Amino acid sequence: MPGKAVKTVSEREGGTVAAGRESAVSIEDVAVRFRSRKRDVTALHDVSVDIAMGEFVAIVGPSGCGKSTLLKLVAGLLKPSSGAVRLRGERVAGPRHDIGYVFQRAALLEWRSARRNILLQAEMRKMPADKARARTAELMAMTGLTGFEDALPHELSGGMQQRVALCRALLHEPPVLLMDEPFGALDALTREQLNIEMNRIWRETGTTILLVTHSVAEAAYLANRVVVMSERPGTVAEVIDVDLPAERDYAATMARPEFARVTNRVRDLLGAGAAAD
Amino acid sequence: MTDQGTRTAARPDAAGVVERDRPGAGERLRDGLERIWRPAALLVACFAAWWAVTALDLVEDYLVPSPGATLELLGDKAGYISHHGWVTTYETLLGFLIAVVVGVAAAVVMVYSATVERTLYPILLFAQVIPKIAIAPLFVVWLGFGIGPKIIVAVLIAFFPVVISMVAGLKAVDPEMIELSATMGAGPLDTFAKIRLPASLPHLFSGLKVAVTLAVTGAVVGEFVGSNEGLGYVILQANGNLDTPMLFAGLLVMSAIGVVLFAVVEIAEKLLLPWHASRRGGAVTTAY
Repeated sequence: MPGKAVKTVSEREGGTVAAGRESAVSIEDVAVRFRSRKRDVTALHDVSVDIAMGEFVAIVGPSGCGKSTLLKLVAGLLKPSSGAVRLRGERVAGPRHDIGYVFQRAALLEWRSARRNILLQAEMRKMPADKARARTAELMAMTGLTGFEDALPHELSGGMQQRVALCRALLHEPPVLLMDEPFGALDALTREQLNIEMNRIWRETGTTILLVTHSVAEAAYLANRVVVMSERPGTVAEVIDVDLPAERDYAATMARPEFARVTNRVRDLLGAGAAAD
Repeated sequence: MTDQGTRTAARPDAAGVVERDRPGAGERLRDGLERIWRPAALLVACFAAWWAVTALDLVEDYLVPSPGATLELLGDKAGYISHHGWVTTYETLLGFLIAVVVGVAAAVVMVYSATVERTLYPILLFAQVIPKIAIAPLFVVWLGFGIGPKIIVAVLIAFFPVVISMVAGLKAVDPEMIELSATMGAGPLDTFAKIRLPASLPHLFSGLKVAVTLAVTGAVVGEFVGSNEGLGYVILQANGNLDTPMLFAGLLVMSAIGVVLFAVVEIAEKLLLPWHASRRGGAVTTAY
């Protein structure tokens, strides 16, 4: 299974969406307006993004540019005021179940052990119990959680909690994984470790990943395309292809000219200082 | 899997897991003593002061009986006092249980229906403002001297903290958890049973602790207004006869009932929500 996943990755190494490839997420001319007491707030304006199956797309932008709103639209947790969102070719109307979602906070049930938090996904979906257990053990091993199966969330560090949330989001092998600043609350070292793990998970599972982040380096290291958004009303400023191999060594990747090109371009677009980590 | 991947996977976080000892029996006993000795010392001091006041004849005996006389009376009239004590306990428990069932149900309905909440909440608040003692006589007129009015007063007085805490608990659920549940395809029943309800329990239990002590008050108030049984009756009788030792004995037993019921709720909380108790314990030990 990992072998197969790696092969699909080598196909998409170019970074751009190959013509004719199956679409994972398609956002077409989407606008979102919130009605507050005194005035209407436009959170998103004229946003169009196409993501092919197996891509890793990072969305960066200043605070309040509607990055999280975009993820909620894809998940079907929010309705666009105009435009359409398609997930795997199907128009999104209501919460979608064929996704995994990771928030900035781990959002774990504090009365459940790490393992049982992951298994919540299986219980809600009425997945076969033994299959779910086996898959949980697999994921926990993959994310370095072996040995912490019975630990309660408050007994785990922030990084470990986020790993549990990640396992929960991957348990049902969703074709699309949505991550909303998942590592934003972690310290720099833990974040680095989790970035390395994310790159491996992406290659091993072949999941399409949409990652919202504030970190320019994280976006360039992980993604094969970076969507840069501009401030209110949020709209797509530019989409940057990241021409790097799928398998990325952390330090070596950061030293590459392509990495510097991408991060510089993103920083230019965001304006000086705006995205200083 | 790459070398780098294996390495990071095998090594836990920089911060790792928070160390927490699983205490042995001896340690738990020492912990218990450590927690108990201060309030126990204060209690002993109060009794000592009470004893000193009476022993030194600072007050007349008929105003404040000595601790000795009170305890002696408790022994002599053990049958009489325990009979009335049981009546009060029974009324309290029945009132408390009804308040919990009705309160929790009302809270769930109010949280799930905004219309019901808007209709019911102001009325609940208004009902809370009416002094229960003032309406207790009405229940005696309606229901007579039986157990009914006592239970109703206990229910009325214990109901409010149950509803308030349960509503707060059900609303305190992490909204992201609810969104997550929606992406899992969970039905409303599963979301309630697996997420909302367990998340609300710590709030509910803080309300239950208030409610159970209030239920004792409610039962006794009911007895004051009209009864021929229960500790409220004992105290009224003793008051009429200027039998202060019996008055004090009644008060002691009443307080004991309140303390024991409170302890029962707290033990139930520890057994049902070990995750919550352990987290709270951790928070206390990390404080100054």
